[in-house]
Amino acid sequence: MNLWNKLMCYSRRRSPWLFHMNGGSCNGCDIELVASLSPRYDAEQLGVRLEGSPRHADILCITGPITHNAVNAIKTVYDQVLGPKAVVAIGSCPATTNVFIDSRTLAGPLTKHIPVDVFVPGCPPRPDAIIQGVAMAAGILAERAAKKQPIAPVVMPLVGPGCSGACGCGGGTCSTPSSDAASEVQQ
Amino acid sequence: MSYKIPMGPYHPALEEPYKLDLICTGETVTDAKLHIGFNFRGIEHLAETRNYIQVIALMERVCGICSNIHTLTLCQAMEGLTGLTPPPRAQYIRVVMAELERLHSHVLWAGIAAKLMGFKTMFMTCFELREKVMDVLQAISGNRVNYSMNRIGGVNRDIEDPIALLGMIDVLEREMVKKVIPIFTTSSTARSRCAGIGVLTHEKAISCGTVGPVARASGVGQDIRKAAPYAAYAEMDFEVPVQPDGDVKARLLVRALEIMESCKILRQALTKMPPGELASGGDKFTFVTGTATSRVEAPRGEVMYSVSWKEGARNPARVHVRTPTFATMPAIRWMVLGARLADTPLIQASIDPCYSCTDR
Repeated sequence: MNLWNKLMCYSRRRSPWLFHMNGGSCNGCDIELVASLSPRYDAEQLGVRLEGSPRHADILCITGPITHNAVNAIKTVYDQVLGPKAVVAIGSCPATTNVFIDSRTLAGPLTKHIPVDVFVPGCPPRPDAIIQGVAMAAGILAERAAKKQPIAPVVMPLVGPGCSGACGCGGGTCSTPSSDAASEVQQ
Repeated sequence: MSYKIPMGPYHPALEEPYKLDLICTGETVTDAKLHIGFNFRGIEHLAETRNYIQVIALMERVCGICSNIHTLTLCQAMEGLTGLTPPPRAQYIRVVMAELERLHSHVLWAGIAAKLMGFKTMFMTCFELREKVMDVLQAISGNRVNYSMNRIGGVNRDIEDPIALLGMIDVLEREMVKKVIPIFTTSSTARSRCAGIGVLTHEKAISCGTVGPVARASGVGQDIRKAAPYAAYAEMDFEVPVQPDGDVKARLLVRALEIMESCKILRQALTKMPPGELASGGDKFTFVTGTATSRVEAPRGEVMYSVSWKEGARNPARVHVRTPTFATMPAIRWMVLGARLADTPLIQASIDPCYSCTDR
């Protein structure tokens, strides 16, 4: 890998721009995604930015169980994101359609329609889990730019970043202070 | 010559997928059409295939912002069919959860309104303030969005130390009085974006059938908490803020004043919370054949559930939901008439739309 490619990989990892798409979500995950950009969790310190156009974005964040009305839009937006790109499925809905399973108005899960790189489980996932998922996707993005070969999807563990489940919370719902997700990207 | 500008369904100014077709002449909007249905998950049909425990978890996911209100309304309707009455402590816990939800929803809306005004600092301030409310909700229920507090005949979890939560309310009230309300009312930037924009007259507010803060900002003083008290609201002392102007600034003010009233209700509910059981009836209850309705004042206005059941059945025969956005949505057309194109994102956001509730 020459110096230019190394520099490109580094920049892709350090500044992942997101495009958020709501595929029929209940707003829970969407609000948590916005909350992860707010001062408490501050994903913007990692160079993460929510972009208004898929053409400017590297990572596609998709929430919701994918309704029939959203399928075509999701495919179009996925094609519009310039490569290398990564897809993060936020919440349990895009992964399994969650409580809405068996609904006739759903075309989910998301993997039927576009390839997904990181699944962030939870209903909804905590903001720190979302940041961790985005950080993982940024790593995948850099790897993909360097190798140009398919990478297997990652399913994040349900346990929150700082909680090992030792406190008995069952993971993800615990209020123990989480480790700084920044260290994920710094490595 | 008029032309049409389609906004959405996936547009950066919109928080959710829906489509707004604006017919403009020059910079002035002359007509607007709203298309929804991108979030249609068929929840009302799904509810008929779920039993009386699963349906509560399903209805919680109608909306991620007012999730508690939906389970509260559903449980109240189901209590009407089973004949159970929640014990007093459960009624108080329901009030606390409903008011905490109203707090976080209104602060969230203030943040989004500030963002649409181009006032990003205020957006960050509001979201930081909201995290303080989320901390309390998480401490009570263990989750930040879906609290799963309500069950038939009461609540699932106790608030073990209600007095300890009073500190958060003091902090929130202080920040609101010192920062958020003065900035929104005195800053010339905010005033010029809000005052006299998106006016909905008193007559139109009534003829469109608007509910909640949108109606109250147009001088229609209706609130289910006062008009038909549910849970423990009859024992609470609070005002219903009403503003006569009907513009975006009035809607902002009504919501800001409602935050103050919510703090007042929370303080009363937490200090007066009676001891006792959390739920009545245990696991033994039977549904009678019939239809029960329940109305609750959600952050966005009145939510109505109508639940039908056949005796001996595990699943509801029909669950019908009427959400506040469904009622306030037609008013957008009258608000944007004659408005400038640049103001329309703020005007349509000023009703605090929730299309995931409306589509279901």
